[in-house]
Amino acid sequence: MSRVLHYRMRLRRKRALWQAFRARHDLSLLQDNTAKIGADDVLLVCTLRNERIRLPYFLKYYREMGISHFLFIDNDSNDASRSYLMQQEDVSLWHTKASYKKAAFGVHWMNWLSRKYCHGHWTLTVDVDEFLVFPFSDTRPIDALTNWLDSSGRRSFSAMLIDMYPKGPIDAQVYQEGQNPFEIAEWFDSGNYMISMNPEYYNLWIQGGPRARVFFPEDPYNAPSMNKIPLVKWRRDYAYMQSTHMLLPRGLNLVYETKGGEKASGALLHAKFLHTFLEKTEEELERREHYADSREFVAYHKQMEKDRDLWCKWSEKYINWRQLEILGLISKGNWA
Amino acid sequence: MTVGFVMLVHTALHRAEQVARLWASNDCPVVIHVDQRVPSEKYVPFVESLSDLDNVVFSKRYSCDWGTWSLVRASQDASELMLSRFPEARHVYLASGSCLPLRPVQDLKQYLAARPNTNFIESVTTEDVPWTVGGLDEERFTLRFPFSWKRQRRLFDRYVRLQRKIGFKRHVPEGITPHLGSQWWCLTRETLSAILQDTNRKSYDRYFKRVWIPDESYYQTLVRRHSQTVESRSLTLSKFDFEGKPHVFHDDHLQLLKRSDCFVARKIWPKADRLYDTFLNASVNPMTGTEPNPGKIDRIFSKAVERRVRGRAGLYMQSRMPGYGQDTGKTAAPYSVFEGFTDLFEEFPEWLSRTVDARVHGHLYAPEGAQFANGQPAFSGALSSNPKLRDYNACGFLTSLLWNTRGERQCFMFGPRDTQDVTMLMAMDQNAQISVISGAWALSLFKSNMQFNDLRREAARLQKIEGAHLEILRSPTVKARIRIWAMSDFIESPAEPLQAIVDEIGPRNFRRLSELPRMRDLSGFAQFLQNLKNHGMKPHLMGDFPMSDEPTTRSTERKRPYLVR
Repeated sequence: MSRVLHYRMRLRRKRALWQAFRARHDLSLLQDNTAKIGADDVLLVCTLRNERIRLPYFLKYYREMGISHFLFIDNDSNDASRSYLMQQEDVSLWHTKASYKKAAFGVHWMNWLSRKYCHGHWTLTVDVDEFLVFPFSDTRPIDALTNWLDSSGRRSFSAMLIDMYPKGPIDAQVYQEGQNPFEIAEWFDSGNYMISMNPEYYNLWIQGGPRARVFFPEDPYNAPSMNKIPLVKWRRDYAYMQSTHMLLPRGLNLVYETKGGEKASGALLHAKFLHTFLEKTEEELERREHYADSREFVAYHKQMEKDRDLWCKWSEKYINWRQLEILGLISKGNWA
Repeated sequence: MTVGFVMLVHTALHRAEQVARLWASNDCPVVIHVDQRVPSEKYVPFVESLSDLDNVVFSKRYSCDWGTWSLVRASQDASELMLSRFPEARHVYLASGSCLPLRPVQDLKQYLAARPNTNFIESVTTEDVPWTVGGLDEERFTLRFPFSWKRQRRLFDRYVRLQRKIGFKRHVPEGITPHLGSQWWCLTRETLSAILQDTNRKSYDRYFKRVWIPDESYYQTLVRRHSQTVESRSLTLSKFDFEGKPHVFHDDHLQLLKRSDCFVARKIWPKADRLYDTFLNASVNPMTGTEPNPGKIDRIFSKAVERRVRGRAGLYMQSRMPGYGQDTGKTAAPYSVFEGFTDLFEEFPEWLSRTVDARVHGHLYAPEGAQFANGQPAFSGALSSNPKLRDYNACGFLTSLLWNTRGERQCFMFGPRDTQDVTMLMAMDQNAQISVISGAWALSLFKSNMQFNDLRREAARLQKIEGAHLEILRSPTVKARIRIWAMSDFIESPAEPLQAIVDEIGPRNFRRLSELPRMRDLSGFAQFLQNLKNHGMKPHLMGDFPMSDEPTTRSTERKRPYLVR
């Protein structure tokens, strides 16, 4: 039986790789700086649409972290995202008009780029509103982490999504280009996450946070997944299956310890709930290009018509990674 | 007289150059061994970069693998070169390319000059070593290890098992007793030359070639043969984690390293600019301590290992998900569960929170939603009171609550109307203190205004649920602290059990209870139970309530009962 399952997983992985291979036709190369990628560089892969306002801070944040090269896929933005990225020397850019939904929400595209350019590199796959923090990230760059992961024999690193939100209506403060989004969205839910194991892919399935609390209290099963494995020492036969929630081969999903100890892990601070969120929701209701017929966006829209405040008395104000560690959201494991 | 450094280098050559330069320019000769695998386009510039220093020389190159004889071979050659080329070196210090001196070289020189005949080398017998990798300690010296542990693990393990099975044993050569220790040492000229010029060296070398990780045992063993003055500790601060790999020091360890007063630390992350800038700059180097004192660093690293191996009890998160029976504790802190108390007493939670030093919730698993203390819609950690959200992962709700409120004891009410999914978790949790007045739910039914037919059906349902619940609580494998009373027994003398429970939780003031919660009026209850029986249901969990007692039922006790001490 396990052999059958094993083989089924192999088929799924091959299929995902085949779909990634097919999806290469969707992508047209606009700017190729990949020749500048050095052997030890940590790379970042990102798909975006109309995120011009977020890009300056995003690039600054990850450059300071030590990301050496960015691989962007622009899903037909009609703001100035493309032209902005074309000015950056550490960015390679692809453009596509194809359907985000049909590309498994960008996964095929990202799998393809990773396969082609990231083999043998530590690769961070994030959205433009996701900001990685890891133990010691205020004092150590990302290659300190990846060197340590290498020496520990680890191939993947978990960083769960933490939804950040402002106090008061989410459109009360206007986000300015280049601004740290967590000056506005500085609150989060510290201890309402629901975890179960996915026996098929071995990954943990985490739900919770403000989205479950406010948007999906009556339908928790459909609350968005918060588990993510965004940092992987990529090999060309790896494939993300659903966003960056899980991968194949399944061993990459074993980012947690089952014998009582803690493995090192980080978090993706999610700067989704800024004033731009309302426009995005409106647009998405038209486009219906997101997961499960944009179920999430429908729920957001309904709730936002009633109340735009995600904050509650028990919300926690973000300070730094050490706070997340004490709260038990991330762990240093045996990194010291 | 001075100290000579033997450096084994294989990566981060630019850092090795900086360190070698510091030593050499302080009149300490340096012999460098560069791994054969370093390509010549890196090796040649490295040699050139140090060519201005005439007390830096390079020894014959070997290609070195972790834990193999090649490392000893390289250090032997380099040491011989050191002894012959630099007669002024009274001590020889073995270091690696990722070592960093923390104290001025002058300090080390003085320290060694004051101890001219002492060998600093960690050297302990196999029985006393708790930290060996792969579970091999004594067998390191009695088995053969032709396969690489890092690259051919499967063959390595199989061959070890095979040798154990057939009882193979190598003979330890005459005259030596196996010792182990850190591979970074500092030996006197006298001892080192005695080791290298030993008439039996050939046979020892042949023996150690087949020992596992000889670089941790060759000098450590032979020093015992040639010297009486062994100070069994390394002057190099070097920490290993539970997988046997060295901890790496980063910029943020600066203050720790400064306060450690150690002479040399390894491994330093090659990109730790601040560490290199600080410690290589003699003018800023602030340390003038005497004896090395790595205690604080030790604590930090042993805490890290503890976290990796045992973790924080009661925490379930993205990188800790203990399997069944694998955890140190199911929940983060002790807590108390009260079943039947709200049925029997009026305003029991209010009384309890006045009495004990703890947070008292209502029915956390009530079907209408979690009744957090003070009726809040959410609680610590932004846990929502929404019943669907709670029941979606009922056990997680409890473990999260207890994790979020560490430091403050939690109490809550429970009963057969509530979501039952947590029963097993609580019963198997040694942090749980569960007190049950069985059958008390019937009193609440009796007080309700339901139609008798509905009442009867509900009574049967609740009795069934509580029966199953109690069966779990009474099973022999439970870990919780459990007390169960039939309602009829409990009302006979409620003070004693309440006192016992409160004492266990920790009362607000350590005197006997001065005030008991007010019991609800029981008149007519026995008749009610009889009516249920008359309608074919058998209420049994509450114990016996004989009809004859009825008229006298506590009509005199309607006043709030106070205890007389």
